[in-house]
Amino acid sequence: MKKLMTGNEALARGAYEAGCHIAAGYPGTPSTEILENLATYQEVYSQWSPNEKVAMEVAAGASATGSRAIVTMKVVGLNVAMDPLMTASYLGVRGGLVVVVADDPGCNSSQTEQDNRLIAQFAKIPLVEPSDSQECKDYIKAAFEISEKFDVPVLLRMTTRVCHSKSTVELCDRVDVPVVPYQKTDKYCSSPAAARVNHARLEKMLPMLEEYACTCPLNRIEWGNKSLGIITSGISYQHAKEVFGEKASYLKLGLTHRVPRDLIRTFCEQVDSVCVIEENEPYLENVVRLMGIECTGKDKLPTLYELSPEILRHCLLGEKAVPACTIDAKLPPRPPVLCAGCPHRSMFYAVSTMKDNAVSANDIGCYTLGMVPPLNVTDTIFCMGGGISAGLGIERSLRLSGQKKKVFGFIGDSTFFHSGITSLMDAVWNKSNIAICILDNRTTAMTGHQENPGTGKTLMGDPTLVIDIKTLVLACGVPEDHVRTVGAYDLPAVMAAAEEAVASEGVFVIINKQPCALIKSVLKERAAMKCSINPDKCKKCKACMKIGCPAVILKNGVVSIDRASCNGCSLCAQMCRFDAIEKEGM
Amino acid sequence: MVKSLLMSGIGGQGTILMSKILSEGLIRQGYDVKMCEIHGMAQRGGSVTTQIKFGDKAYSPIIGTGEADVLVAFEKTEAARYIGSLKKDGTLIVNDLEIYSLPVLTGAATYPEHIEKELQTKVKNMHLLNANQIAAELGNAKAQNMVLMGVCIKALGLENFDWPAIIREFLPQKLHELSIKAYEKGLAS
Repeated sequence: MKKLMTGNEALARGAYEAGCHIAAGYPGTPSTEILENLATYQEVYSQWSPNEKVAMEVAAGASATGSRAIVTMKVVGLNVAMDPLMTASYLGVRGGLVVVVADDPGCNSSQTEQDNRLIAQFAKIPLVEPSDSQECKDYIKAAFEISEKFDVPVLLRMTTRVCHSKSTVELCDRVDVPVVPYQKTDKYCSSPAAARVNHARLEKMLPMLEEYACTCPLNRIEWGNKSLGIITSGISYQHAKEVFGEKASYLKLGLTHRVPRDLIRTFCEQVDSVCVIEENEPYLENVVRLMGIECTGKDKLPTLYELSPEILRHCLLGEKAVPACTIDAKLPPRPPVLCAGCPHRSMFYAVSTMKDNAVSANDIGCYTLGMVPPLNVTDTIFCMGGGISAGLGIERSLRLSGQKKKVFGFIGDSTFFHSGITSLMDAVWNKSNIAICILDNRTTAMTGHQENPGTGKTLMGDPTLVIDIKTLVLACGVPEDHVRTVGAYDLPAVMAAAEEAVASEGVFVIINKQPCALIKSVLKERAAMKCSINPDKCKKCKACMKIGCPAVILKNGVVSIDRASCNGCSLCAQMCRFDAIEKEGM
Repeated sequence: MVKSLLMSGIGGQGTILMSKILSEGLIRQGYDVKMCEIHGMAQRGGSVTTQIKFGDKAYSPIIGTGEADVLVAFEKTEAARYIGSLKKDGTLIVNDLEIYSLPVLTGAATYPEHIEKELQTKVKNMHLLNANQIAAELGNAKAQNMVLMGVCIKALGLENFDWPAIIREFLPQKLHELSIKAYEKGLAS
């Protein structure tokens, strides 16, 4: 049966068909739907973990005891998972272990454009790169086999365009692979003595992996015109085929670590010229050049952003695409913003009123958008957890240099569980003077509403215990009189909590609680709740616009509220001094 | 022969659903299809596009400058923003709708007046319709995507296919009648 599937759906299907037993991961665009789809197959136990490091360890443990296991994450998630990955590479596997990472050339929704193919080289593990949905399904199956054959985890590298493009996939049945029965062994115990042995094992394995890569079906030659030989992998293959078609021959690589040098040599000997087409780093090209083979690559193609057929035509053929039509009118930008009714808005507004007296460390999630004017609250965004810990450094730096400013740290609920807890412990332990705002919207919102340790449900839909953020905060040693839980739609309460935070000494935590406005049950519950402006009372002072809600519209000097997007959060009404905003359905 | 379709709009307008229904229908008609959506942060009120390529064999999912046979814009400035993707003599379908981005709402940027008129003078094959209003008259403005899909299918000459069957597969039953009516309105407009 043929089905149109995204790369993410096909990868999940492939893991299911390959007899995968256990799957773990942390949500992150563009990887999220892999695990969400895997969870629909009851035969595979699938779970979200609090972060990628934990997920990597869950999968490694499952593999060590004989299960086929997969772990999924986005591009920067691999940075978090690096510690266990490096050791898992040394220790090897019992059941196949596949680490799926979704890179994001072009930074569509990521804070770096790092090319994680280099990690496979660094960790000395096999690297597999699919170029469309069918290959996602086929390659994940191959990846499990390669992992077991060479006794190492395999890195399967996706990119945004592979994850989120749909193409047809031939479905097969699941092959039930028995779990290898566990017998006590010290194979999976890392110690310095074992590490020395294991490193030697890896070095011995690599030439065998390369020999395999030269003959394995994931690496293939497609002969066309031999005047140009293109070496490529991943989505770049699709762009190259579209541009050069039969006018070139292709060495299409799917298993790209170790790079199959003999196969490259064979291919290059039979073509007149060689071009390496790959996104971001010159990973394949460096190997080709080190072999002494002349080629075109990053001398013409960009290292930045993603490739496209248009870029290939421009850089390699000198054909510049000209638009058939251009518009003279100046277009207003349309950046992403906090949604109408977003519960994060009130806390950012409260801090925005402090202007330069506050410095704010922000984090990765919807609240990143607190940086957008008119709220304009955010001085740093590093990574998950950085909303607290970077704030600690900022606070210490300001304190030492005698600059009197209040430091706020912003973090979400899922992010707090991910890597905010250790930062909070640091804050308490080292006597920071920071105000930490935990924006608890009861879900992992930016990636499309995944469960987290605070939601009371697992990925597979089982009810489970709720980990309460306030209890955790108190357990980390924050005194109870330094913790405030406020409803995010209660603006006076949020403002008062922020003022208290400014006046306080030591760690002060504000838990801003209100479910994300886009959660289905919330949409339903609030469907009839609306705010509207009474034009007779409105003095056009525009105070309601200071909160930056996209439902509050100014046109020809008249302010109105878009009924369709308003969810009656009523922050605008609380801003109005003239009682001009009327509430209904509440 | 490969045809390219670009849908542009704002997160939440239903561009992705329309693309899914179109892609499924194209597959059933025997085409090779590549569909691509970029989502994530853009969902939060940002500008979004989805792209479909179909034909004997579709390779790259990305549509470049001057390559789209049809551009379906769910909002007027989103038509202008992606007009460079449209092929010479390509078809432009524009939802006659203004949605203000936050920079416009706060006064940091201005929404261009009568942008549809400039588009009309520059694009030969342009369909301008208020899909929102048409859908609202049928009962729910959210069916705007089905109206636009109807116009798009007509422009591609693919109307001799049971599209309502695909709509039924993708939408919950309570939306079938509305969505199919909206699709038919688009087809007839």
